Parts: sequence; C-alpha cells; structure tokens
Amino acid sequence: MPSGFMQFADKYLMWKEGPMIWGSDVAILLVSIGIVFALTYFHKWKWLWREWITTVDHKKIGIMYLICALLMLFRGGADAELLRTQLAIPNNHFLSAEHYDQIFTTHGTIMILFMAMPFIFALFNIVVPLQIGARDVAFPYLNAISFWLFFFAAMLFNLSFVFGGSPDASWVSYPPLSELGFDPGPGENYYLLALQITGIGSIATGINFLATIFKMRAPGMKLMHMPLFTWSTVAACVVIIFAFPALAIAIALLTLDRIFGTHFFTILHGGNPMMFVNLFWVWGHPEVYIVVLPAFGVYSEVVATFARKRIFGYSSMVASLMLISVISYFVWAHHFFTMGAGADVNTFFAVASMLVGIPTGVKVFNWLFTMYRGRIRMTLPMLWTIAFVPCFAIGGATGIMLAAAPADYQYHNSYFLIAHFHQVLIGGVVFGMLAGMYYWWPKMFGFKLDERLGRWAFWFFNIGFYVCFMPQYALGFMGMQRRMYTYPADMGWNTLNLISTIGAYIMAIGFVFIVIQVLYSVKYGERDLTGDPWDGRTLEWSLPSPAPHYNFAVIPTVTSRDVWWELKEQGRTDELKPKAEDIKPIHMPKNSARPFLMGLAFFVAGFGFVFDLLWLGFLGLAGVVACLIARALEYNDDYHIPVHEVVETEATLGRLG
Amino acid sequence: MMAMPDAMYGGHSGVTSSDKPLEYRDPNQSVKILGFWLFLATDMLLFGCLFATYLVVRTHTDGGPTARSIFDIPGFTLETFFLLTSSFTGGLSTLAMRNGNKKALVSWLAVTIALGLAFIGLEVHEFIGDVAAGATWERSAFLSAFFTLVGTHGSHVTVGLVWMFLTLLQVAKRGITPITARKVFVVNLYWHFLDVVWVFIFTVVYLSGRVM
Ligand code: HEM
Ligand SMILES: [Cu+2]
Repeated sequence: MPSGFMQFADKYLMWKEGPMIWGSDVAILLVSIGIVFALTYFHKWKWLWREWITTVDHKKIGIMYLICALLMLFRGGADAELLRTQLAIPNNHFLSAEHYDQIFTTHGTIMILFMAMPFIFALFNIVVPLQIGARDVAFPYLNAISFWLFFFAAMLFNLSFVFGGSPDASWVSYPPLSELGFDPGPGENYYLLALQITGIGSIATGINFLATIFKMRAPGMKLMHMPLFTWSTVAACVVIIFAFPALAIAIALLTLDRIFGTHFFTILHGGNPMMFVNLFWVWGHPEVYIVVLPAFGVYSEVVATFARKRIFGYSSMVASLMLISVISYFVWAHHFFTMGAGADVNTFFAVASMLVGIPTGVKVFNWLFTMYRGRIRMTLPMLWTIAFVPCFAIGGATGIMLAAAPADYQYHNSYFLIAHFHQVLIGGVVFGMLAGMYYWWPKMFGFKLDERLGRWAFWFFNIGFYVCFMPQYALGFMGMQRRMYTYPADMGWNTLNLISTIGAYIMAIGFVFIVIQVLYSVKYGERDLTGDPWDGRTLEWSLPSPAPHYNFAVIPTVTSRDVWWELKEQGRTDELKPKAEDIKPIHMPKNSARPFLMGLAFFVAGFGFVFDLLWLGFLGLAGVVACLIARALEYNDDYHIPVHEVVETEATLGRLG
Repeated sequence: MMAMPDAMYGGHSGVTSSDKPLEYRDPNQSVKILGFWLFLATDMLLFGCLFATYLVVRTHTDGGPTARSIFDIPGFTLETFFLLTSSFTGGLSTLAMRNGNKKALVSWLAVTIALGLAFIGLEVHEFIGDVAAGATWERSAFLSAFFTLVGTHGSHVTVGLVWMFLTLLQVAKRGITPITARKVFVVNLYWHFLDVVWVFIFTVVYLSGRVM
C-alpha cells in the first residue's frame, strides 16, 4: 500500500493498535452498509426523511432519543465490561494502561451525557405534552434542533474511537492533565467539542419544557393539578438552565487553552486549574440531580398507578422536588474536599450535602406510604420501582458517609466512591428510566413489552448489580483506588475483584434479555387497544396508543389532579371523547429539514476544531449561522389540519363521542 | 363553514386580548417572549461564570501587562457612551412599535445599529492596540480572561447587530404585525441585556482595573 496511506492509517485510523480497532472498523462498515442496503431495498429513504429526520413531533423525537439512549447504554455497557474484565484478576494485561484510561473516560462520559441525558429527554418528550393536554411542546422546531445537536455530538464523540483516538483524561477531564502539554492527541478535543454541542441542545430543551409547562397546560390544569412526572420535569429543567452554562464555560475555556493558546487552567502564566474543577462541578453535581429527578417523577407515577392509590403527600412531593433542585446547587465542593479550601468551606458543603438527604427521604417515605395497603400489581415498572428503594437507600447512606468531609479524606477517589455513585446512578437513574420505558412503552408503540422476558432481565440485572458493586465498598476500604488499570496480586483484593467482574457479566446478561424482550415483543407483545393498558390516572392514558400526531382532537378541560382516574371513577370518560361538532381546525408546526442540517453543520464545525482545521471549524459555524438566518426570515412554519381529517382520524380510532 | 382555529398547539384556546401590548396579544408570540427570558437567564449565567473566572485570575499577570497599563480611560468611556445610548434608542424603537409608527421604528432601529457598530469598531480598535503592545491572550491568565469576557460580550453585540438588521428588514417589508412586533421586542430585550452586562464589565473590569 502507498506509504502516505499507511501513515494516515497509523495516525488517524490507529491500525497499529490491534484487533479491537480492526474489529470496530469492520463492524461499523458492515452496519453502515447494512443500513444503507436495507433502506434502499425496502424503499425507506423517503420514509426516513419525511417521518423521522425532518419531524418536529415531540412523540417521534422522544422515540429517537430513546433509541439513541439504548444504543449508548450498550456502548457504555460494553466499555464497562471491558474495564471489569481487565480488573478481574491481578496483573492483567488484557487492556494496556492507555486503553484503560480511554475506556473509563468514554464509559463515564457516555453514560452521563449520551445515555442518561437522552433517556430523560426521551421521557420528557413522550410524556409531558400528553400529560398536560398539549399538542406539542412550546417550540417544536427548537426541540428538533436539541435532538439533532445531541445526536451529532454523540456521533462526534463515538467517532473518536476509530478516528484519531478516544479521550483519556476521565469524564471530568481536569486540567492540567487535560491540557495540550500533557494530552496532545485529538481525543480530548473530541470530548470538549462533543460536550459543548450536546450542552447547547440540553439548555434549549430545558428552556423549551419550562415554557411548555408554564404556558401550554390544558385549561383548568393548575400547577398543583400537574402529574408528578411533569413536576419532576420542571425541577430538572430549572436545574438544567442554571447548571449547564457553567459546563459550557468550563469546557469552552479549556478548549481555548488547547486550541488557541490561552492560559486559563495551565500552570504556566498564571492559570488556575482549580477554577476548572469548580466550574465543572457547579454543573456536575446538579447534573446528577438533573438525571435523577425525572426518575423520581417516574417512580411517583408508577407507584400511584400500580398501588391504585393517590400518591401520598402530593404537595410535599412537589416541595421536595423543588427543594432538591435548589440545594443541589450548593453542594458542588463535596467533590473536592481535599482541595484544601479550609474547614469552614468544607463544613458548609458537607452540611449542605447532608441536607439533600431530607427532601429525598421525604420522597422515599411518600412512595412507601403510597404502597402501604395499596392493591399492588407487580408489573415490570413496579418491580423496578420497588428495587430502586433499597438500592437508593444504601446509595444515599454511603453518600452521607462521603459527605462527612473529614471521613471523605479516607474514601476520596477510592472504590468506595465508585460503588456509591454507581449505586445511585444505576439504582436511581437507570432503574427509573427502565421503569419509565416499560410504563410508557405501550403509549409510544401500541404494545406492551413481554413480562416474562422482562422479569428475567430484571432479576439478572438486579442480582448482578449487587454482586458487582457491593464488593467495591470493601475494596475501597481496603485501599483500592479508582482509575487503576491493574493491581498487584498481594493486596488481598483478588477475590472481591473477581466477584465484582462476575456481577458485571450477570448485568450484561440482564441487558441482553432486555434486547431480546424488545425484539420478541415487537412481534408477540400484547397489543394495547384501549390506550389505557395499566388502568392509569393521568391524561396520557385517555388517548389511544400511539396517540394521533395532534394528540388531542379537542383539548380537555381539567378540574382535578389525576383527572383521568377521577373521570373513570365517576363513569364520565365519554366526556373526553371528541364530538364531531366540537372539532376545529388544528394548528400544528410544519416539519423542517433545518434542525438536522444545523446539527450536521455543528458536527462539521466540531470535527474541524478537533483536528485544529480552523477553516473547517469556521466553515461549519458559517453553516450554523446560515441556518439561523434562514429561520429568522421564515414565516410559514405552521399549518392547520382541516376538520374533516381530524374527524376521520378520530372515527377510525373509534373515539368520536 | 369555517370554524375559528385554535390559536396554538397548546392548551390555550387562543383568546387574544387587546388590553395587552401588541407583542403579547397573540399567545403564539407571547410564549416566545417567555422562552426568550429563560434564554437570557442562561446567558446571564454564562457571563456570570466568565466574570467569576476573570475575578479569580485578574491579578495573575505573570509579569506581563496589567489592567492599569492597558485600559484606556477615554476609549472605554466612549464605548460605554455609545452602547448606553444605543440601548436608549433601542427603547425608543420599542415605543415606536407600540405606537404603530413604522417609520419611527425603522429609523430608531437604524440609529441603534449605527451606535452598536460604533461600539464594536471602538472595541476592535482597542483590542488591536492591546495586541500590538504585546498584550495578547496567550500572554497571561489575566489577559486570557479579559479578552474572553469582553470578547464574548463583543461577539454577542455583533450577533445582536446582525439580528437587529434582519428585524429591520422584516419590519420594512411586512410592517408592524404581531410577529414583527414580537421580534422587535425580543431583539431589544437582548440589546438591553447586553447593555446591563456591559455596565458590569465597565465597573468590574475597566473601572476597578484602573483604580485597584
Ligand atoms: C453496567 C453497569 C456498570 C458497570 C459494570 C460499570 C463499571 C465501571 C467501572 C469499572 C468504572 C471505572 C472505575 C475506575 O477504574 O475508576 C466506572 C466508572 C464510571 N462509571 Fe460506570 N459502570 C456501570 C454503569 C454506569 C452507569 C449506568 C453510569 C452513569 C449513569 C456510570 C457512570 C460512571 C462514571 C461517571 C464513571 C467514572 C469515570 C471516570 O473515572 O472518569 N457507570 N464504571
Ligand atoms: Cu456531588
């Protein structure tokens, strides 16, 4: 082969690195060819473009977020399995130190930003407009932009694995380690630009859903009538808009340091790396609440539905959500008690961190009281919710231990911490998102996911979880530090590490069961013909599954909390069936290709800056500006669905009153 | 038979009330104003973080140029004068919009743009002078933070200028409608916001830089 090509292959395609890269290259190539072939063979290109890529429908955007989140859960999970395989036995050389660094970096970053975030956005999109009786979000076009920014940022981030090299300075990427001098490759740039792009999308989503919830509720729905999932969205969005700007600045300044030679966080010329650490965690801690609050919202819906009771302590649930979102902003320094800020500062942050436990405790007790004496149905969403309670309780307790500043000097950056945050992130966020996915799946797709396979997945995942992470608390006490790629045989850590790795494999089996479950249910899952498969309480269950694209033919009037349940109790459900004479033309946003193109332009810009190709970077940005200007001058971005079309749709759904 | 369509895909069944200012009357437009306020909150935090960074490193000059040595009093005073005045004329354009006076609206927007351009021109001039004197952002953490904070504001102003110009074109072409009224209102909100940020830059960066 020509030597120019070999140089390129070594430098950018990393073909020297061995079979893992070759395997991925081949896999990516095959999958891409497969997708292109399938789309062409089944004549689906037009469908893909019309129905999905240019859509502004919140339900479809939600589904796209969900698919991406599951794919990213797979990628992050594969990373995790590689890490645990490496740690299974002492002195292992399955992965080199460099590869271990890269993999824990991509694992952490993907799990938080490209798995947990899109998962909550999936549920926001699918659920919130339906729960509040709206036909879409406040800014559907912006919503599509948010999605495509996330999508292309995830592409950019994942591209690093096969083109140029993965980031390797951990998901927090502290300088000076992440500065050019210590970390020259493009990997760290990938991290910075991908996070910047997806972060812009997240801020837009936060704004969008706040505006939606404040301005577009059905008539009569007071704030204190809103379902708790919607409330949790409010809380999470408030935190998003207050926290994400700090991330944007932290990584923007680091990007300037790396690409334009400034000195914010270098040791040289007066830079201050601790400023990055502060800015990062001003976002980073609230971020964990951003992802867990929606999970709390899911649990509240699930518990009430499957215990067939009103949620216990609704107002205290709302108050605790809002309180958590405020307190979460005043605890960030607990991530670096060891910085040396002094006893007074550490005391403040230690006490604030412990305070978060109070509203969280209130919520846990409310869920328990709701279940108490309820007629509980052990469906999949309920199983995950019940499993969440003890898991989160242990995670919370170890969190309080970490929040005790003097004690943290012992646990800091040990496996005790790793066990703690996986317990709250998996037990809190992942369990919650899976519960939400099972719960709203029929609303999205019109069929239920198979119970039996789901139970296998549940037990494998849960048992695997404890087998994997409980030993890590002990390992932490025994002195094992995080981010070690291997360890000597005489530390007494061998057995516990092996057990932990076995646990990780068991969890992987659980995930495989979920995949099988989804594939099986597409064909054999129980169809949902009523729109209300769980005997639900809130407005989304008054609609057919899946909902027509305008959601509500006639916007309902809401008079109480849990309206749908109340109407069912009183035998008045027919009131929500639209009457032909009440139907008016429905105002809807038009599809647009521009959000997708804008995401693409951001991708080009990001790619350019990653490789210091400034001309390409600015070319991409010019594309972004062009999209913005075109939008500013656009006037016909909406249309009306004529009455007869709505009447026909409702009639075929058998819903005309 | 043509029934009245719902005014927006939201829950509000499109009551347009005429006791509100024009830009708020159509619920499709007023929700955008709310969205814009939320955006401004995030933008304010963006600047907040830049200010915090600046304050942390403002004395980290590494033996290079200091605030006192590079800040030029007549220069930044004139910049302030132009930007504050432009905010006032921007306000006059909103007023003209509410009075339905298209000609005054277009003229005040044009005056605002001209003043904004003068501001940007001065700022670019200031930066070029600094760089020529060796005060580049690669020189020290202080200069990195200074150029980034003030430059971020400057690029916001530039975006605002383009946006205001586009708004002007639309008003000229389409007159004062609920949509263009909202656009005029929002671009002016943005403009005032940048003015407020500048007041902080003026005091925290320039004034304190000279006296402290
Ligand atoms: C399938 C279950 C999972 C397993 C077996 C697993 C395993 C691991 C391992 C082995 C590490 C590296 C520890 C070290 O060497 O320092 C790690 C780090 C991490 N994990 Fe996981 N993980 C799992 C799921 C998750 C989930 C669901 C999330 C987030 C939602 C998550 C977030 C993180 C983060 C943020 C880090 C820190 C990365 C860093 O040090 O930069 N993990 N995980
Ligand atoms: Cu924290």
